[in-house]
Amino acid sequence: MLQVKNLKVRVEDREILKGINLTVNQGEVHAIMGPNGSGKSTFARALSGHPGYEVTEGEVLYNGKDLLDMDPDERAREGVFMAFQYPVEIPGVNNAYFLKAALNAKRKQAGLDELDAIDFMKVVKEKLKVLHIDDSMLQRSVNEGFSGGEKKRNEIFHMAVLEPALALLDETDSGLDIDALRVVSEGVNAMRSADRSFIVVTHYQRLLNYIVPDYVHVLSDGKIVRSGGKELALELEEKGYAGQAALRHSSGQAGARR
Amino acid sequence: MSTATKQIEELANTEYKYGFVTDTEQDIIPVGLNEDVVRLISSKKREPEWLLEWRLKAFRAWLKMEEPHWQNVKYGPIDYQGTSYYAAPKEKKKLNSLDEVDPEIRATFDKLGIPIEEQKLLSNVAVDAVFDSVSVATTFRSKLAELGIIFCSFSEAVKDHPELVKQYVGSVVPHTDNYFAALNSAVFSDGSFVYIPKGVKCPMELSTYFRINAQNTGQFERTLIIADEGASVSYLEGCTAPKRDEHQLHAAVVELIAHTGATIKYSTVQNWYPGDKQGKGGIYNFVTKRGICKGDRSKITWTQVETGSSVTWKYPSCILQGNDSIGEFYSVAVTNNFQQADTGTKMIHLGKNTRSTIVSKGISAGRGQNTYRGAVRIGKNASNARNYSQCDSLLIGDRCGAHTFPYLEIKNTTAKVEHEASTSKIGEDQIFYCESRGIAKEDAINMIVSGFCKEVFRELPMEFAVEAQKLLGISLEGSVG
Ligand SMILES: Nc1ncnc2c1ncn2[C@@H]1O[C@H](COP(=O)(O)OP(=O)(O)OP(=O)(O)O)[C@@H](O)[C@H]1O
Ligand SMILES: [Mg+2]
Repeated sequence: MLQVKNLKVRVEDREILKGINLTVNQGEVHAIMGPNGSGKSTFARALSGHPGYEVTEGEVLYNGKDLLDMDPDERAREGVFMAFQYPVEIPGVNNAYFLKAALNAKRKQAGLDELDAIDFMKVVKEKLKVLHIDDSMLQRSVNEGFSGGEKKRNEIFHMAVLEPALALLDETDSGLDIDALRVVSEGVNAMRSADRSFIVVTHYQRLLNYIVPDYVHVLSDGKIVRSGGKELALELEEKGYAGQAALRHSSGQAGARR
Repeated sequence: MSTATKQIEELANTEYKYGFVTDTEQDIIPVGLNEDVVRLISSKKREPEWLLEWRLKAFRAWLKMEEPHWQNVKYGPIDYQGTSYYAAPKEKKKLNSLDEVDPEIRATFDKLGIPIEEQKLLSNVAVDAVFDSVSVATTFRSKLAELGIIFCSFSEAVKDHPELVKQYVGSVVPHTDNYFAALNSAVFSDGSFVYIPKGVKCPMELSTYFRINAQNTGQFERTLIIADEGASVSYLEGCTAPKRDEHQLHAAVVELIAHTGATIKYSTVQNWYPGDKQGKGGIYNFVTKRGICKGDRSKITWTQVETGSSVTWKYPSCILQGNDSIGEFYSVAVTNNFQQADTGTKMIHLGKNTRSTIVSKGISAGRGQNTYRGAVRIGKNASNARNYSQCDSLLIGDRCGAHTFPYLEIKNTTAKVEHEASTSKIGEDQIFYCESRGIAKEDAINMIVSGFCKEVFRELPMEFAVEAQKLLGISLEGSVG
């Protein structure tokens, strides 16, 4: 489903990703861990097409298509979804209205009829129930005045409604209390299926107790320095990144940048 | 909701689509301005002597005045002698139904997407269509007449209700008020007149569509709305103009009078031709709009969505004379490419316990320049006056500008005045967030901008809100990457 080959990405004249290689097959969950500033969010943004992230080298194939050749909105309509680490607020834009526009844009691309307000609400109510999200969130402006945890939940809610083929979750667990974490994880797990893949960025092994990954990768200084099964996360939890021989150089910058 | 999105979608890549010209034979007087022209206009309209005298007084005052240049806009000199001051369709016989309207004109309205018939039947709106300064169709009049409501062209009002016109014209905007108001008073061609009698709530939105259609013809509309004691009315004004290369001057005057307990809601969607992407052409929109809350507990609300014109200069204002009277101003002004707008309001508190609210949303894109200019004056007898002002500016790109000039003059210590202002740039991250959900960039911008304007849009009557959103989309096309 996704093949990333030697991906190099530059932000404001600084090379952040220095050659990422990663293959994600259908139905797999990959966790990406790594110290602050190592490039995890940069990787997710580059995959979803943020204009500030310039790809200088490498290739990304998504279902056989050149992903890097697509505009961000096109990627989304093709099934790539990103749950942001820091979701932005869009004042005055009703969350339900926003989501309906998004869903219908996607349906249109797929040659499906657009949903009217009534059908849309049916879809939405069901998802809200699964995620234990209050109805009132629909009528508020997108993320405006949401608490940190509410924003993250809203991201998962968007994901649930848009039903992507590839979901990139960037630190969706940060800022969630323990109950919310469980609820969000259950939401994600409910969506796991043979034809949907996830890339989950996290700092905490805790999340991976709920969302059990097929693979764990460690990103450090713009490169994947280790890959393994879910037990790798446990090892990291125990020893920290500094304990990783390969991470000697990057440990010093932990916490220095966001 | 879905229609709004669909409409926004349809707008992708439309040029100024209302730029077409209708071929209707016109009666145009030669260019130039002098007393004889003023007399000619008056006689063509068979006006009474007092009105001619009033026009002449205004004209003489105008001659002694100088064109103002304090506003924060730049434009080439206006050739007042190179303009024709009167144009009317030649066919002028009285029409009883819409079927009698010139098919050319009907076709124009169709192209504009103003289905008069449909509006008439479905949305309960009486439409007084002004085509080049003279009314060609007025509907629903009899129904309104049953309630004693007068809704007609200004010229008809002069003929049929001279006592009302004489009493109120120039009572809020005197003929000496300012350069453009004086010019309008001298040469105004036509406009609308509304009178709502005591205790009557007008059962439908009153609406007028203005349109400039004759090359080189200035448009000088004059509107007068009077709500008598306890009356209420909502009036909509909307306009689109054909594409032209020359600058055209539009200097309208609108006067509102609200008596005790009366309410007037005046909403405008202004979409005159803004000029092309290089800043060539476009309308000069120099309008004087003012209302007076004459009686206690009266209320005037101005809502405007200004997306058109190359240069806009207008300050719909309220004089809060009655005790407990309320003035409101809700505005969205968009400038793109080389458009300039200097707009805002004046709230003049004279009565006790008077309240005013100002919400201004300025959006600048391209090289557009947007100025908010607002004055809040609290007179010395206006105890317990309140004002809340909120001025937000949104910048799209980095070659445009937003400017805010709030003026305060407080002569009563019990006044409470609050002012909030913000300037934000439409964020790349906001656009990206929308895109990452599958929403195309143009739609994302429309959405973000509409969200920014929400507090103003919700003051508009429903059908206008949709149109306003539509216009916003058109005017911001191509403004980002
Ligand atoms: N838009 C940007 N402008 C400037 N620098 C950036 C930008 N985005 C990322 N960077 C830099 O790139 C590096 C990687 O950042 P990134 O956000 O990808 O790290 P991360 O691994 O997600 O870290 P964290 O765990 O703190 O979220 C950092 O040094 C960061 O400062
Ligand atoms: Mg990050």
